[in-house]
Amino acid sequence: MAHVERHQWDVVIVGAGGAGLRAAIEAREQGLRTAVICKSLFGKAHTVMAEGGIAASMGNVNEGDNWQVHFRDTMRGGKFLNQWRMAELHAREAPERVWELETWGALFDRTPDGRISQRNFGGHEYPRLAHVGDRTGLELIRTLQQKVVSLQQEDFKESGDYEARIKVFQECTVTQILKEHNPEDGEPDRVSGVFCYERESGRFFVLEAPAVVLATGGIGKSFKVTSNSWEYTGDGHALALLAGASLINMEFVQFHPTGMVWPPSVKGILVTESVRGDGGVLRNAEGERFMFDYVPDVFKEKYAESEQEADGWYEDPDNHRRPPELLPRDEVARAINAEVKAGRGSPHGGVFLDVSTRMPAETIKRRLPSMHHQFRELADVDITAEPMEVGPTCHYVMGGVDVDSDTAAARGVPGLFAAGEVAGGMHGSNRLGGNSLSDLLVFGRRAGLYAAQYAREHAGSRPRVGDEQIDGAAAEALRPFGVGSAKADEEAQGPAENPYTVHQELQRSMNDLVGIIRREEEMSEALERLAELRERARRAKVEGHRQFNPGWHLALDLRNMLLVSECVARAALNRTESRGGHTRDDFPEMDREWRRANLVCTLAAAEGAAGAAGGDAEAGRAGRIALRRREMPPIRKDLLELFEKEELIKYLTDEELTSE
Amino acid sequence: MTTDVHHGAGPGSEGIGGAVSGEAPDATRPETSYDAHFKVWRGDVDGGGLEDFTVEVNEGEVVLDIIHRLQATQAPDLAVRWNCKAGKCGSCSAEINGRPRLLCMTRMSVFDRAETVTVTPLRTFPVVRDLVTDVGFNYEKARQVPSFVPPPGLGPGEYRMQQEDVGRSQEFRKCIECFLCQDTCHVVRDHEENKRAFAGPRFLMRVAELDMHPLDAAEDAGLDRKSTAQDEHGLGYCNITKCCTEVCPENIKITDNALIPLKERAADRKYDPLVWLGNKIRRRTT
Repeated sequence: MAHVERHQWDVVIVGAGGAGLRAAIEAREQGLRTAVICKSLFGKAHTVMAEGGIAASMGNVNEGDNWQVHFRDTMRGGKFLNQWRMAELHAREAPERVWELETWGALFDRTPDGRISQRNFGGHEYPRLAHVGDRTGLELIRTLQQKVVSLQQEDFKESGDYEARIKVFQECTVTQILKEHNPEDGEPDRVSGVFCYERESGRFFVLEAPAVVLATGGIGKSFKVTSNSWEYTGDGHALALLAGASLINMEFVQFHPTGMVWPPSVKGILVTESVRGDGGVLRNAEGERFMFDYVPDVFKEKYAESEQEADGWYEDPDNHRRPPELLPRDEVARAINAEVKAGRGSPHGGVFLDVSTRMPAETIKRRLPSMHHQFRELADVDITAEPMEVGPTCHYVMGGVDVDSDTAAARGVPGLFAAGEVAGGMHGSNRLGGNSLSDLLVFGRRAGLYAAQYAREHAGSRPRVGDEQIDGAAAEALRPFGVGSAKADEEAQGPAENPYTVHQELQRSMNDLVGIIRREEEMSEALERLAELRERARRAKVEGHRQFNPGWHLALDLRNMLLVSECVARAALNRTESRGGHTRDDFPEMDREWRRANLVCTLAAAEGAAGAAGGDAEAGRAGRIALRRREMPPIRKDLLELFEKEELIKYLTDEELTSE
Repeated sequence: MTTDVHHGAGPGSEGIGGAVSGEAPDATRPETSYDAHFKVWRGDVDGGGLEDFTVEVNEGEVVLDIIHRLQATQAPDLAVRWNCKAGKCGSCSAEINGRPRLLCMTRMSVFDRAETVTVTPLRTFPVVRDLVTDVGFNYEKARQVPSFVPPPGLGPGEYRMQQEDVGRSQEFRKCIECFLCQDTCHVVRDHEENKRAFAGPRFLMRVAELDMHPLDAAEDAGLDRKSTAQDEHGLGYCNITKCCTEVCPENIKITDNALIPLKERAADRKYDPLVWLGNKIRRRTT
């Protein structure tokens, strides 16, 4: 095998979105040499698409806010399936993480007294989202990017090298996490680095490091209608699985209630929740504000029952209950779906989201400039004069790597960490809007901190990367060119496949069969189709050469999307209840017994090493994922006491309530 | 160096037996759909040329959709950079009929159906492959602008700023770093030799943004941003033709709100005939 360049670092961060950059900043500030590797250009990560804001209980707009209230809202939003310790850390630390951004140059919108302004959002009791118009994600990513640059400037002053202690490998993809196997110590194999290719040249290289932080974001590109970009192919989820880590909560996929539905080429593009937070309302084709009909029992006391009451809330929140348009996202998405199914949808299969009759044109342009621009440019709709048409779009995965709440360390794989969307647990069964950006900052920092600590502890005994691992990874990556190995010939038991076609069929299957409303037969069928697609993906062939070849890149990404899709389908089939981002037609009720359970996905044991041949067709059909049920640790007493007993009864079993 | 290769709209590329779906001829197609003629630059650092394609276009589509259709059906290895497809990340910058634009925000409906749409890579930066260019120049320039200097003695959470004061810099922070302004700026577009001394509109605007930041304490730390704009980032090269403002997909008034005020502030120290001219022009138009 050709020579593959190796670079030595202390900490490697995979992904340069909010979580990855925050982790990198922390690891570098701990004094460690930190490499960041990302698929896009530096500063283009998916975080830029976040619109509404960062949730943090600073209490700038309503003094009643504090971390306990934020914690409560987060647990309710996740229907109590959240890893409570993560939800607690998140609520406690978010304000500090936001203020810190200001010291790095961020410019948030202000309150009249000059503090950071905060806006209302679904599921948040008080105005809580720090924001910059509707482009908060851009501000976040740019601030972190510029902070990285400022650290590089410091290093330049000191050493003459900008990249002495923090370097961004942009437009590079990681295809495997490498591990050192020590047969003598009986310990699990520990992380030794990552195998990567440079997208521009196709050149392979290895970043060696004792600590690797996954911050790769989500999985939305496995679905047809999604607000996610091409990058969201579940890389980190799959890399973790292949490295021996577990994923939890994969059945919970958030369908954002408001994506664009027309024209077809923009279907799925996000319409920010700020539209509703700032006063926008949802109407069906009959002009009715239908959300009043969809307030579930667990939220009945907290939401308005009439339009009059709801409208009063914007000005006088203390004496009115909130409008039902601001229910958590899963509730709103299901409601829209039901309205469309009942034949009360808009002409293009969505519902109407209207701000034009709710506030003056100038206010709309100031508060929602990107939305105004997006609809004008892409749909010929002037949102200051007419309603938007919107419908659910795959937006976020609650599930992810099973991590230790405090340290973000992946369970079972020493040296591996995960933060942000790729980590599971924080959001339970459904994430509240605004809790994503704060999650990135809180757990990005923690992952960077503990990865640095781990790397420092292992500085004296750096794990080695064996040549055979590199050769194996290179062979796997070259497969789509159909070169080099007898294996490729042997497996050519069918026609060569176009990776784009396989991808489209995967997206259609997941969208139609494991989408917003699920039933047993469809999910079983999805698993069958995934097995077929897995075989076809193995025959994916690409033309041309390795230099910036998108067909090749996609062929490699298919492995990850298929693994992750199988996790989603298997876990969804297993969970016989409806909760948050998992709605079963055949089991429509939430079941308190299920609240205590996490479904844990691991790579099926028979499969052996990553990238190994998939065995015969029979084994292929059995799938690559093993699923098991695990009990959640009981919620700490002082945290439970933040809730009224009447509310807890709705979520916890009698046994749990009396167990103290 | 130009080679012309023709591709039909029929079934996809050879060698991928039967795997390409969907591009069936007209019978079932909605009326809003038509075949467009495209010329796309293909090649790499060693050269290349425009290739002809005939490709289906549907209602509401943008140029990036068409490029993606070409990838999926006719040219699977056609290189293009993109991400959000919603005008938010600034990745898919290219030139369409010679004009710097985002592929994802250029609607097909702005072209006549009979018109040939020509897509070429950004001209100012070295080509990597097809529509992808090496934009490293911009990252180098970004590193040369000294970062925000936090005010001493003010802890996190203690910052107080008025909306009207942050508003000016916020306009510049809308920048999505698509680098279309850098591409179109004639100071560097055909003058490789100016690249060393000139940061380009995007990064001069960054200097202006920090200079107007209500709490930036650079001056107290001995850094005069205005004079560095002139002396180190080549502000003097800019002769305010406003090309950058014209191509900005975020409609940032780069020239009027960032570059001219920066020139004025810098001119407190140094006479600059362009500032004088700029003032005259502005007075006339407003």
